[in-house]
Amino acid sequence: MNCRTGKGFRSLPALPPHGPGPARAAEAPSVPAPSPAPEADGTPPPPDRGAKIDRVDPSVTPSYAQRRSRSGTGPGPPRPPDPAPPPARRVPPISTSTAASDSTGHQGDTGHPGDADHSADTDRSADTTGPTGRRRFLTYLLAAPTLTVAARLGLDAAAPASAQAAVRAAEAARTAAAPAQLLGLPGIPDIIDLGDAMILAGLPTSHLLVLEITPAGRAALYLPRLEVGQGLTTAIAMLVAEELDARLTDVDVPLSDGRPELLFNQLTGGSNSVRSLYDPVRAAAAAARARLVTAAATRWNVPANSLRTADSAVLAPDGRSLGYGELAAAAAAVVVPAVPGKPKSPDQLRLVGRPTGRIDARDIVTGRVKYAGDLQIPSAVPTVVARPTTINGTLKSVDASVARTMPGVYAVVQIPSGVAVLAETFDQAIKARDALRTTWNPGPVANLSTGDIQARLRAAHAPFLLPPLLTEYLDGEFDFAFVNHAPMEVLTAVADVRPNRAELWFAAQSPIIAQQTIAAELGLPQSAVTVHVVRGGGSFGRRLFFDAALEAAQISKAAGRPVKLMWTRNDDMRHGRMRPASHHRIRATYGLGQVLTWEHRAATVKTDLGHGLGEALTGAGFNLSLAGLSLAQAFFLLTEKNPYNVGIPTQLLAELPLDVHTGSWRSVYSGMVRVADEIMMDELARRMGQDEVAFRRARLRDAAGQAVLDTVARAGGWGRPMPPGQAQGVGYHDENGGRVAYLVELDASDRANPRVTRAVAAADVGRAINPRGLEAQLTGALIDGISVILQAGNHIDNGAVREGSYADFLYARQRNTPPSVEIHILPPSGAPGGAGELGVPAASAAVANAYARATGTSPRSFPIHF
Amino acid sequence: MPTHTFVLNGRSVTVEAPDDMPLLWVLRDKLGVTGPKYGCGVGVCRACTSHLDGQEFQPCTRAVKDCEGHTVTTIEGLADGDTLHPVQEAWIDCDVAQCGFCQPGQIMTAVALLRRTPNPTDADIDQIQNICRCGSYPRIREAIKRAAARQAP
Repeated sequence: MNCRTGKGFRSLPALPPHGPGPARAAEAPSVPAPSPAPEADGTPPPPDRGAKIDRVDPSVTPSYAQRRSRSGTGPGPPRPPDPAPPPARRVPPISTSTAASDSTGHQGDTGHPGDADHSADTDRSADTTGPTGRRRFLTYLLAAPTLTVAARLGLDAAAPASAQAAVRAAEAARTAAAPAQLLGLPGIPDIIDLGDAMILAGLPTSHLLVLEITPAGRAALYLPRLEVGQGLTTAIAMLVAEELDARLTDVDVPLSDGRPELLFNQLTGGSNSVRSLYDPVRAAAAAARARLVTAAATRWNVPANSLRTADSAVLAPDGRSLGYGELAAAAAAVVVPAVPGKPKSPDQLRLVGRPTGRIDARDIVTGRVKYAGDLQIPSAVPTVVARPTTINGTLKSVDASVARTMPGVYAVVQIPSGVAVLAETFDQAIKARDALRTTWNPGPVANLSTGDIQARLRAAHAPFLLPPLLTEYLDGEFDFAFVNHAPMEVLTAVADVRPNRAELWFAAQSPIIAQQTIAAELGLPQSAVTVHVVRGGGSFGRRLFFDAALEAAQISKAAGRPVKLMWTRNDDMRHGRMRPASHHRIRATYGLGQVLTWEHRAATVKTDLGHGLGEALTGAGFNLSLAGLSLAQAFFLLTEKNPYNVGIPTQLLAELPLDVHTGSWRSVYSGMVRVADEIMMDELARRMGQDEVAFRRARLRDAAGQAVLDTVARAGGWGRPMPPGQAQGVGYHDENGGRVAYLVELDASDRANPRVTRAVAAADVGRAINPRGLEAQLTGALIDGISVILQAGNHIDNGAVREGSYADFLYARQRNTPPSVEIHILPPSGAPGGAGELGVPAASAAVANAYARATGTSPRSFPIHF
Repeated sequence: MPTHTFVLNGRSVTVEAPDDMPLLWVLRDKLGVTGPKYGCGVGVCRACTSHLDGQEFQPCTRAVKDCEGHTVTTIEGLADGDTLHPVQEAWIDCDVAQCGFCQPGQIMTAVALLRRTPNPTDADIDQIQNICRCGSYPRIREAIKRAAARQAP
């Protein structure tokens, strides 16, 4: 961990009040400026105080006089805190830092509006129209008894991503010089991967991250990401507590509302959250700590460098201490911190890297955690939608005469995707929905079933490049079924659409795109739509799409009242999104103990990536149309690579455009591409008379990869004798700056009910912020692997999804999981890599390989029991 | 509309609802008790699992009239004030939860299991049907064993 990027921070009093001044413009000439805060439309300025913060590297901090002078050239002079009380504003209640919310319009983690929503409109417009309103707003900001800092990663902050990429390129070149093995070319992800691209896209706005310390002593980091169980809020709280020297229990991580000024920097996906937030969050917390120390030094009139911090307090050598809450107001007025605001070096870490329980564990086990469907939004009535009998079918006729008269029913309205029923309870809404007399036109794939789609996928491939002339070769073909995301919490969204504005509450991975789309749908300006991001009950990629929120907005508008829309499980299974079905054709040629070429042709049903990722890649400088690439191909190229020296690898993606609902499913293409590769690695090793682990190890391109493989082989007792019908299997994968291997033992003595009986995993993710959280992710990925390889998938029958719930979509239950799971986290080796999706391909491969070895078969179609 | 009276988390409640309304929606939409979650509505995922007279049941498939005069305990009623139930403690100790959505049901199922079988074997734990889509099963197993050990005399 090092401060590579010359981050600089300034607190609020030094702000030029009207956006970036000349100094900033000079610093960041080629970086697009964040969207200006809307002012004239009656909405409050977004919480983008960072945009108004003068960003100065502490190493080149100008004198106070210089700053006065420079600020004086800006749109307005810096002002001391205004002693006048702020204008009375209606403030939504928030859970943690009320003072902060006054100054910013931030809302709490659920954005629970209480009854504030309607009156707030009037107050907002009075407060923010024109320059006067803005100055008053800023004045109030300055007067807020709260320390607020925004981290900056300036232009030079391109360093983390590009430096990492450069290091990896150098590493690839270095290992490419190694003898004794026919070498593979590094794939594109070795040079720059999807995460790097997302970080680059987010850099121009990464300084807009906001950390506040309230007089009550709470530290709140407003997280522009979604928590869906991946443990992000806990990891971020740990980073804040670490750099601030705060108690973890004093840190809150509320989820930010949709903040359009963040552009591409509010997209939760690509296992990118910790990678992209690691530097900015540490920078913000370290800067805040420096200001708190400075404030205490002033209060006590002692040298700042004589003070230390611990447990949310500044401590003096003589034993005096001041809690952060007591210092928050004074720290907000600190102009130049008297101590450096640099993040800690690795040897100074006390919390990061230590296994830590979730910060919301108690709320979860007591049932207090609120998901979108649990929110008590006034007047939002339970709503469900009658949907077509086939995927993307359309309504032909509806007779709602019976449904409308049923008890509890408030309204029946038609929307593009079906017919919505609003009622007093979900039970009544569902019963009335079932009483609708509807007929439907068949959807666009009504003539297709699973077998037809598989045949079309097979036909979609480009031919192999290299005909097997004098070399020996091994071919393999693989089918993967559609797989529903099936998060436990079905899609749910609350929408309150009024003539001039709309407010939504849902678990959003891409709230900005959702806001834009919903605004366009409603005919409202984007700024009139508020998206409150609510924690989600699982996602696995599902909540990149805001299908339910869009429908809820349509329904609320049509019915003229707030609604709480829930997709039933059946809705989500039959009309929800799925990992696309795919077919893979792999040919490896070999001779003289070497793998000479490795060709992988993947054909998948077109994956819908239209949730902001394309915009992010474009924002990162990828000109997809110029490169002649589809978004999916760009994604494929940025994520898919063969980690082994297997001669000349080529990988191509062919997409089959079908009008069905697909989406990124945890690990996306790697969940199929790398699994097929890993199965082929096993088969090729056996063909070439080599041990499956040794064969991989000799071809892995880096030592870190070898280390994780060695770890599972050693800890798992690779090669130990197994009874008939049982076997071990391994899988390896690296992506997003992480490496992982799994070794599983599988008992297939009852062929119809194979069971993974033991699993050992090892991972090197650079630096695990919370090893306990990482273990949870690797365990979840294991269960995913067991499910998609052995038993969970979706059939299409004449254009309709066959499965309707967990009764026939057979995601693993307790009896399908190994009683023994052992996970090894390798010591820190660098900056944090992505971990949320990392495990799925390797775990899936290990299960498939163990099954093959236990049964002596070559499984080719997944899930195996389907 | 008929009224139904039962004991909910230690307090007698009376609610107006059609006889055949599943208790889940009575709890969630009429009484504002949102700990029991909807995950399927057909008793398969078991995210709503609660206790009826101390036995686990799925409120999504139990009509409210069948709860008349009985005692219903949801996750909200499991702790004794601020003192958590040993199973809740074990869940925190083992950091079981990921997204947390299924965990109220998982915990209520585990509590019922431990009442029936104070020292459950792996085979007993394998009988649990509750889905955890995040795949927290190994920690659920560990937490149940930990709670069993803690409750042992």
